[in-house]
Amino acid sequence: MRINPDKCVACGNCTYVCPMGAIYIDPAIKRATVDRNECVECYACFNGLSQEHLNPTLVRTLRKLFQLVRLRFDPEPDVCPTAAFDPEDLQWPRVVRRAFSDPRVPHESTGVQGRGTEEVKTNDVTGRVKEGEVGFTIEFGRPGVGVWFHEIQKMTWALAKAGVAFEKKNPVTSLMTDVASGTLREDILGEKILSAIVEIKVPVARTEEIIGLVREVEKQIDTVVAVGVGARCDESGEENVVGPILERLGYKLERAKTNAGLGRITNSAEERKEPANARL
Amino acid sequence: MTNTLHRYGDAQSFFDDYVVFAIPSRGKNDQGSVPKLKQFLEMALPFQPVNLGDAIHGGALRPSRNMHPTAHWNRDMKPDFRAVIDGVDTPTTVAAVFDKRVAAEDFVKTVRAADLGLCINISTSIDGAEQCCHAAGIPRHSVGYSLGFEGKTEKLPNSQVLMLTTMCGHGMISTSLAKKMIDWVKEGRRSPEQAVTYMARFCSCGVYNPSRAKRILEDARTKIK
Repeated sequence: MRINPDKCVACGNCTYVCPMGAIYIDPAIKRATVDRNECVECYACFNGLSQEHLNPTLVRTLRKLFQLVRLRFDPEPDVCPTAAFDPEDLQWPRVVRRAFSDPRVPHESTGVQGRGTEEVKTNDVTGRVKEGEVGFTIEFGRPGVGVWFHEIQKMTWALAKAGVAFEKKNPVTSLMTDVASGTLREDILGEKILSAIVEIKVPVARTEEIIGLVREVEKQIDTVVAVGVGARCDESGEENVVGPILERLGYKLERAKTNAGLGRITNSAEERKEPANARL
Repeated sequence: MTNTLHRYGDAQSFFDDYVVFAIPSRGKNDQGSVPKLKQFLEMALPFQPVNLGDAIHGGALRPSRNMHPTAHWNRDMKPDFRAVIDGVDTPTTVAAVFDKRVAAEDFVKTVRAADLGLCINISTSIDGAEQCCHAAGIPRHSVGYSLGFEGKTEKLPNSQVLMLTTMCGHGMISTSLAKKMIDWVKEGRRSPEQAVTYMARFCSCGVYNPSRAKRILEDARTKIK
């Protein structure tokens, strides 16, 4: 993302809305400027700020007048008065930043918006996590911290060494040059993103071991980590296997997303392969 | 929708936060899903959602690409649910957000009766979701637990800011904006309702809960946690 210095009036609104704090008023040019190293191309500034199309010279003059008489003005905080943002035509590998940071852009590898993962939210039609299995979503960088791919690789290496299976339909997995070792493409390691999710699946018996491993590797990673644990309920809708393990490990389980099991395979091609109403 | 899973707060703090969302899975139930997604959102209206949204076009409070200068004095703060429903044009995740459990329960009952075939998820406290399923006579299929935030948690802001920002799990609501809104409410420069609408416009999929956010801002006006 770039800010057009001919349009910018240095109102400062955008400096607050950047999730990475990558926008600042450069005192040398008196214009808002994007720190390209820290910018993750999330487009929160461009997509989230309402845009006016005021004359920049007029706005600057008014601002100077107000400043001169020490008058506090009270603008709307979510508006760019001169529509000064200029989205760039991003090239590889920088375009990876946007793919993992702008939730409106679907990931090419999965076709899913956001972080590009379906996890257990479509488990009723995909059967991704079955009884006796645990699905982990290990998310890096949010809220509001961001993460570099070379940091994520520390975790994928450790998980691969432990012999876990990475979810194939996952944007991070699609960037691995060697899934067996968890090695990511070298040309993206220097890219910073808002967040990414590594997805793995293991037998229930390995739950404690994986959590211990994740906790250990977290100490070496310079960002925050949010772990989600997906489990299949039994026929009566109860989940009495994984939850108790997590509680025994000291987690106070406050929130969950619950798949209600109302999904059905309805696509015509799929129906030929699998029975409809399959409760996987 | 992991963006609703890691909302910050204890189970009690989600008493006014129920996100019910529908998602088609690519290759499984996405064919012809657009009318069903619209129907899902339409069915939510009688139960007075506090937000609706789709993952591509955003929620019921959206920024303007061409804001008129006079709008500063009369900005529309009302959610536009119709724009959300009419705007769904491709298979994606759609969500309805409620601030009352009974509304979420009744909505889930209605969704079950409609038999859309889409994958339906409820994101709230574990007990809250279980009660919604129970009320609708649905045995839960799968559960995704949040273990909260770990790692370099010293990089995180205070709990009130976290509660405000994590309601957009995609991270589009910045820490700085949330802090600024708390300050503006404390200073009396803006009402909690106004501050909430500024933040909600940055949520790109419409799962932000304005009702919960307003409560958090009211609380933050007098107590910093």
